[in-house]
Amino acid sequence: MNVDVLIAGAGPAGLAAAIELRRLGLGDVLVVDREQEAGGIPRHSAHTGYGIRDLHRLMTGPAYARHYRWAASAAGASVRTGTTLTGWPTVSSELEPGIGSPGTSARQHRTISATLTSPAGIEDVQARAVLLATGCRERPRSARLVPGSRPAGVLTTGELQQRVFLNGQRLTGRAVVVGAEHVSFSAMLTLLHAGARVTALVTDQPRHQSFAAFPLAAQLRWRVPVWTQTTVTGIAGSGAVTAIMLRDERDSSVRAVPCDLVVFSGDWIPDHELARLAGAELDPGTRGPVVDTALSTSVPGIFAAGNLVHAAETADVAALSGRHAAARLAAYLAGRQSPASAGPAGMADPAAGRRLSVPVEVARPLLWISPNAVSPASPMPPRGQFVLRSGAFAGRTRLEVRQGGRLLQSARARLVPGRSIRLDGRWACHVDPAGGPVLVTSGR
Amino acid sequence: MTNLGGSAQAADVLIVGAGVVGTAIARTLARYDLDCVVADAGNDVGTGTTKANTAILHTGFDAVPGSLESTLVRRGAELLRCYAEQAGIPLERTGALLVAWSADQHAELAGIEEKARRNGYLATRYVPADELYAREPHLGPGALGALEIPDESIICPWTTPLAYATEAVHAGVRLRLRTRVLGVTAAGDWHDVRTDSGTLRCRWLVNAAGLESDRIDAMLGGSDFTIQPRRGELIVFDKLARPLVGAILLPVPTTQTKGVLVAPTVYGNVLLGPTAQDVPDRGDTATTEAGLGSLLAAGRTIMPDLVREEVTASYAGLRAATEHRDYQIRVDAGRRYACVGGIRSTGLTASLGIAEYVVDQLADAGLALRERDGDRPAPPVMPYIGQAGQRPYQDGARIAADPAYGDIVCHCERVTRGEITDALASALPPADLDGLRRRTRATNGRCQGFFCAARVASLVCEAGGNPAGRDGRDLK
Repeated sequence: MNVDVLIAGAGPAGLAAAIELRRLGLGDVLVVDREQEAGGIPRHSAHTGYGIRDLHRLMTGPAYARHYRWAASAAGASVRTGTTLTGWPTVSSELEPGIGSPGTSARQHRTISATLTSPAGIEDVQARAVLLATGCRERPRSARLVPGSRPAGVLTTGELQQRVFLNGQRLTGRAVVVGAEHVSFSAMLTLLHAGARVTALVTDQPRHQSFAAFPLAAQLRWRVPVWTQTTVTGIAGSGAVTAIMLRDERDSSVRAVPCDLVVFSGDWIPDHELARLAGAELDPGTRGPVVDTALSTSVPGIFAAGNLVHAAETADVAALSGRHAAARLAAYLAGRQSPASAGPAGMADPAAGRRLSVPVEVARPLLWISPNAVSPASPMPPRGQFVLRSGAFAGRTRLEVRQGGRLLQSARARLVPGRSIRLDGRWACHVDPAGGPVLVTSGR
Repeated sequence: MTNLGGSAQAADVLIVGAGVVGTAIARTLARYDLDCVVADAGNDVGTGTTKANTAILHTGFDAVPGSLESTLVRRGAELLRCYAEQAGIPLERTGALLVAWSADQHAELAGIEEKARRNGYLATRYVPADELYAREPHLGPGALGALEIPDESIICPWTTPLAYATEAVHAGVRLRLRTRVLGVTAAGDWHDVRTDSGTLRCRWLVNAAGLESDRIDAMLGGSDFTIQPRRGELIVFDKLARPLVGAILLPVPTTQTKGVLVAPTVYGNVLLGPTAQDVPDRGDTATTEAGLGSLLAAGRTIMPDLVREEVTASYAGLRAATEHRDYQIRVDAGRRYACVGGIRSTGLTASLGIAEYVVDQLADAGLALRERDGDRPAPPVMPYIGQAGQRPYQDGARIAADPAYGDIVCHCERVTRGEITDALASALPPADLDGLRRRTRATNGRCQGFFCAARVASLVCEAGGNPAGRDGRDLK
């Protein structure tokens, strides 16, 4: 089968991109999703707060997911669920950077093959371009290397929400939520909704990382405290969890808090498997593929959007990222951009020996920035903003953007770990394509 | 299942322990005209030392020369290689490189090679540093050379005992799970074995109880060995790390420990471990901050690129170590009792060798072995859960025949609905989600159930199963 654009992932980013591509006149837009139903994470986030920036209204997660399913179908995109992109038959031999013929212009017109697996069988599809919108997941307990025994009752917010909102499961007993970000409060609400009692939210940070209203409401309405500067040092229980071991970092005391459920929330990581298997270079900070401001990856013809490139932003931000990628991808297919600018982010073109896009780096305590390269031909990032993360708190610190010794931008920002930091992106228009990497620092 | 309580039907042979050793003995006995029972305290086969180890099929190159372990590891590896092929047990001959990181270690390689020879293993070869780095480009800096052991392999520790047990059960062996032995009394020609689910009567008793083998031995009057559980913690890295590692990377052993290795797994992950720590509690499979920390430190030396990858899981297993340096296998003809204890970390490799040896010893001691009429039982063909061969989701013909094999439920491990329903309907169905993941890999991947645990739980419920399971895979 041949399509113009293949989109992997029918969450907010993938569906918003499909709608935009159809609006821009692309013929065959195929969205595949491995889940049984399109809509992504909002399907099982029953609380409100969705749709503000992209749809200009306020709705619940499931309503938001329904809206996008309907809109994608109305726009004429074809959406296949229960369908997994299981391989790139030609990527390893033909598309891997540095391998094969360096004829860049010839590559511009080749198609990308992808293998799709579903109950209908195994099929290879040829696409003129691909958008990866595979989203992100929370790091589970094991990936955080939390020691102890391995009893039942330890899970992520994602699993919790699916059990409660998709399976209708009721919960009993006491729960501890690890994390104090936005999603941690969402986990708390899900637990309360399902019938559990929430003992506390715990974070190793000196304070919570959400909006001030959330912990206040948690404290006043549900009497759930946030225990700060508290590290999880273990899980106890054989069969079922019986306690969580907590260390108070102020005095190094360790205590066992009895509980029946532990929910590990936040600590997002992009689901980058398809990007990596396609040979896309990874950003060491975001752990998603390197993308320039056109949301092009280092593999020509493969774009990436949504929480795959910034884990995790809210669904509306992911959707707008998808819409942005769609416009750039359409321009790429129309040949409106020069081959060079649509090419590998931050990498030298082996044929021409020149920089194609300018890498953007961050210095500690900043952890990452997205997009992490500037495309000189399309320098504005989605929504005109770069998104950053910090590893430490800092109130009203100065962010500085420099290329070499040249100051491109200076702005004030409040740094909260795990929380989105936005940086106006107009400076990207002033980046010198030959001027070397851009560095973003924070300080007084 | 027949209740053997009181004066009900008595068995010719009762095997205590359904780990890889007990099930291997059961499978070997199953070809004879015997009434054989296997009892285990766990809710599944292979829930003790069997399920949590380094999953290596050893050559025995580094065994104590002349030991029973050395002999049985060699014989067992030969038998298991062949059996694995017949039964569809995932196995990959990756080879191993025993890497020297210091001049002292480098000087020891010749002695290790000599020891391998004395163990009857002749295929070792010295690999100089330049060739070593050409083969393992992600190895950390500072390696001086290595000894190659080309036949060291990786194997699936979960499918192996399941295959043995399935074959045994098909041949009429009765499996009694959730049956903990509390005491043994002699009653004339019989043993009365008191358990927490009734008394089992048997003529011959085989003690393959692993971590509990000294306690069972003591019930029979033995006092020759004491199990000293030695905990090994391991870290499993993401499948995307698999291309970093070619062969099993072994350290030069010290007098205290065999050291930390890096090994691919048949599921396509990379293992880092194990630690070696004596613990008092035979059920203490908790990981520790210190243990995991020491593994990461070791990993940063052996392969810094590996430690930068995502961790998929960490676990700990207990080796059934004793004060002796060899297996503790004895058959007492007078008491019609076989003790198969102290099977340390090589039990998976040696299992079929141990079974063959024990059954020979039992025959010498007077157990009447008469082959059953008809064909010998054949190895079952197990569902393939390895990464190197073809999985159902990759098999277009299979999906065409049954679309359930194209319905991927567990995305990280690409486990289909067809495989999950097959496992739930198999001769040895899982008792919980933990058992399901050992049969299918479902929820075993990098997301640990973030995406699929809810759907997997509903499939288990639909099949009438109990979705409870350990390892954080279920709520309660």
